[in-house]
Amino acid sequence: MRADIVGSLEAVTRVRGVRGAMVVSAEEGLVVAESSMEGIDGAAVAALMAGVVARLGRATEAAGRTAPAFVHLQAEGGALLAVPAPRDLLVVAVTDAEVNVGLVRLELRQAAEQLA
Amino acid sequence: MSNEDIRVLTSQLAGDPSSLVFLPLGEALRRRGQLEAAEKIVVAGLTRYPELAEAHDLLARVLSDGGDLERAFDEWDIALRLDDRHAGAHKGIGFLYYVAGDLPQALDHLEAALAADPGAEGVAAAVARVREALAAPAGPSGPADSTRPPLLATPAPPPGAADSPTVFAGLEGAQDGLLLLDGNGLRLGGGLTAPDGSAVGDAVAAHLAGVFRDASRATRLLSLGSWTSVAAETADANLFLCAPAPDSLLLLVRDNSVPIGRLALQAERASEAARRWLERPA
Repeated sequence: MRADIVGSLEAVTRVRGVRGAMVVSAEEGLVVAESSMEGIDGAAVAALMAGVVARLGRATEAAGRTAPAFVHLQAEGGALLAVPAPRDLLVVAVTDAEVNVGLVRLELRQAAEQLA
Repeated sequence: MSNEDIRVLTSQLAGDPSSLVFLPLGEALRRRGQLEAAEKIVVAGLTRYPELAEAHDLLARVLSDGGDLERAFDEWDIALRLDDRHAGAHKGIGFLYYVAGDLPQALDHLEAALAADPGAEGVAAAVARVREALAAPAGPSGPADSTRPPLLATPAPPPGAADSPTVFAGLEGAQDGLLLLDGNGLRLGGGLTAPDGSAVGDAVAAHLAGVFRDASRATRLLSLGSWTSVAAETADANLFLCAPAPDSLLLLVRDNSVPIGRLALQAERASEAARRWLERPA
């Protein structure tokens, strides 16, 4: 199972500009699996991104909307992208500023589907 | 139109999706304030009848009722390209120019609306009032509320919308779908309503303050510099969050038919308005 997860993450990290990808438990914000995360504090990223997605989920719920299916946090030097997956997981990618966000989103979604 | 009438029209449309019954159904929903439902019906109808000026006019009125004046203008513009004598489209665009303070353009379109429908007393009154305003010496660039033709009153905010439209005045979704809040999750302006019509701006603002903090910490931790935006897609809406000024947050919420890229452009305009508002003299 863990090998499958890592395999699906590798498809994400093959996209040019992706620095790393991980599967995170959405509720606890813990790293379940990761790929190519050298130099990145995965545990902290997992906790913070899970927090961002959870807070956005509470905001969309308060707005009478459904939970986010894709979250894109853009910064000056890169981005964090997240897609919820079954079993209360999140697939997260850390990218450079120059990246094809649409392609990463597709790969994240495919990775999330493979976690079903 | 009664609930039963609407049910019958809905049933007819379900039985024959190519029927033009989407027009009276969309109009009935609009009049009842069910703008989201009305928009869906008319947009679906337009996929079958993209060159029906009447449908573009109806969609524009739905959008205008919801405060989405930018898209309303586009739809009325399309209606006029399809039928350059369309009274409703001239009236609508005349209204938008009037709101924008461009009285000569407003007059041109209102006169065209009157020419297309000479019996429209309301339009005739509006033409007269705009002419008066134009003739007034050194008047304000935009007419005061008291001079607004009754027919062309600014669309009422949706039920439950916030009562602070001045931050985003003139922008698409100024009263519903644009929210300005401070770093503590307190709403500073704008408004947001849930699909059921309830006002949710304050509750949403409270939850978003944490996003602000987490986003800042995450990007700092990764040495990504300052965060610039957070976009989220849900099954029924797209959201875009940015910080127009230090310790303030701007949220845009739109139907998921509006792509994130367009939200980003709208956010730029809204951010400029927010900065002007935040920097105004107390």
